[in-house]
Amino acid sequence: MKEKKKIFYCKLFSKCQGYGVPLWECPQFLFSIMGIMIIVTSIFSYFLGVKYELSPEIIAIFILAIASILLTMSFIITKSFEDLAESNKLKTEFINIVSHQLRTPLSNLKWGLEVFEEDKSKTIESQKEYLEILSENIKRMNDLVSDLLIVSKIQQEKLTFLKEEVSLNEVIKKSVEGFKFFAESNNIKINFNGDPTIPTILIDPTQIKIVIENLIDNAIKYTNSKKPIDIELGKTKKGIFFKITDKGVGIPEADKKYIFKKFFRSKNVLKYETSGTGLGLYISKAIIKELKGEIGFKSREGEGTTFWFTIPF
Amino acid sequence: MKKILIIEDEQALQKTLTSKLESEGYKVFTSLNGIEGLEIAKKEKPTLIILDLILPKKNGFEVLEGLKIDEDTKEIPVIVLTNLENMGDIQKVIDLGATTYLVKANYELNEILEKIKKILETK
Repeated sequence: MKEKKKIFYCKLFSKCQGYGVPLWECPQFLFSIMGIMIIVTSIFSYFLGVKYELSPEIIAIFILAIASILLTMSFIITKSFEDLAESNKLKTEFINIVSHQLRTPLSNLKWGLEVFEEDKSKTIESQKEYLEILSENIKRMNDLVSDLLIVSKIQQEKLTFLKEEVSLNEVIKKSVEGFKFFAESNNIKINFNGDPTIPTILIDPTQIKIVIENLIDNAIKYTNSKKPIDIELGKTKKGIFFKITDKGVGIPEADKKYIFKKFFRSKNVLKYETSGTGLGLYISKAIIKELKGEIGFKSREGEGTTFWFTIPF
Repeated sequence: MKKILIIEDEQALQKTLTSKLESEGYKVFTSLNGIEGLEIAKKEKPTLIILDLILPKKNGFEVLEGLKIDEDTKEIPVIVLTNLENMGDIQKVIDLGATTYLVKANYELNEILEKIKKILETK
């Protein structure tokens, strides 16, 4: 009997662990506690009444108090089930979206290959075009898988950082240089007057580069041509701040609360380059949070957007 | 000459589909977003529309709704061509009046062409 009880409680605790919620939010654990409470208080009430001949009013107050506690526990259980159901729904949606994101470059490759195979002439030009499609879409799938792995690490709180003294000034300069061709092809100028006096900061250069490049990429995507993008880097007593401002289409009010969610893409996106994974801002926020910094934005539809982040020394 | 409008934001896909359809003798119009797609549909009144669901500016569901309430475009057959594959989306699209729903990953380009020809034969 004792052995069976031990097995029951072990199964209960491991089930609760499996949900990834604390014990006091685990439905099975709470139900067990409620069951025990109901039995114990029923017996206790009976003996109290018999032994001390308490007045019915006192017994009623006692029972009301117990009922309130049980009601609170029921509320926690219901909320817990709702959270689990929501989590399940989000996982299903996540899988649907990821499948779609992976299928898109695969369809590009499949149909590109079909047209290439049917092309009897197979000119150098058509070969080059096919190889470009191949290269671009392989990169897309690779980027998506990399981003998904980062997202998985974020969710398991296992994001690793290899910190070293980094000059943000240099990281931004290199990133801007990397985006030069993309910006110029869209007739957009990126302005960054570096400040070499900004001190180095102990961070992971790869992770911070991901954040900066995501923000630059978004600024270009949401900007009409001929309007500049301005990047500012500065320091305060507490740390370093980064700001990027575009005079683009801005973010609609209704979209603002979803900006840092996974796979969200605002309807205002101007650039039809769909190679983005939709995970950039979600990952950026997680990285900045991990660095004990803050990230945010302000935006007005039709006027533009400023994204900023701060990192403490 | 029969006119086909492709509303698809994947440029590579749009290009391969256009090249295939033009080689079969169709006149092809294209759009990379939902709002422009609706405008072209109203202006050009194509014989058939091929519509993606995930689009910038206005998604495919909204475009389909817009097409079906407009007197100028409600009779144009619409093939929804997407990589979304859940029953909810398929049912929603059929309820909104799409002629058919094709999942890109499950079809060769030639198979899609056959479907298009079949629908256009009835027009």
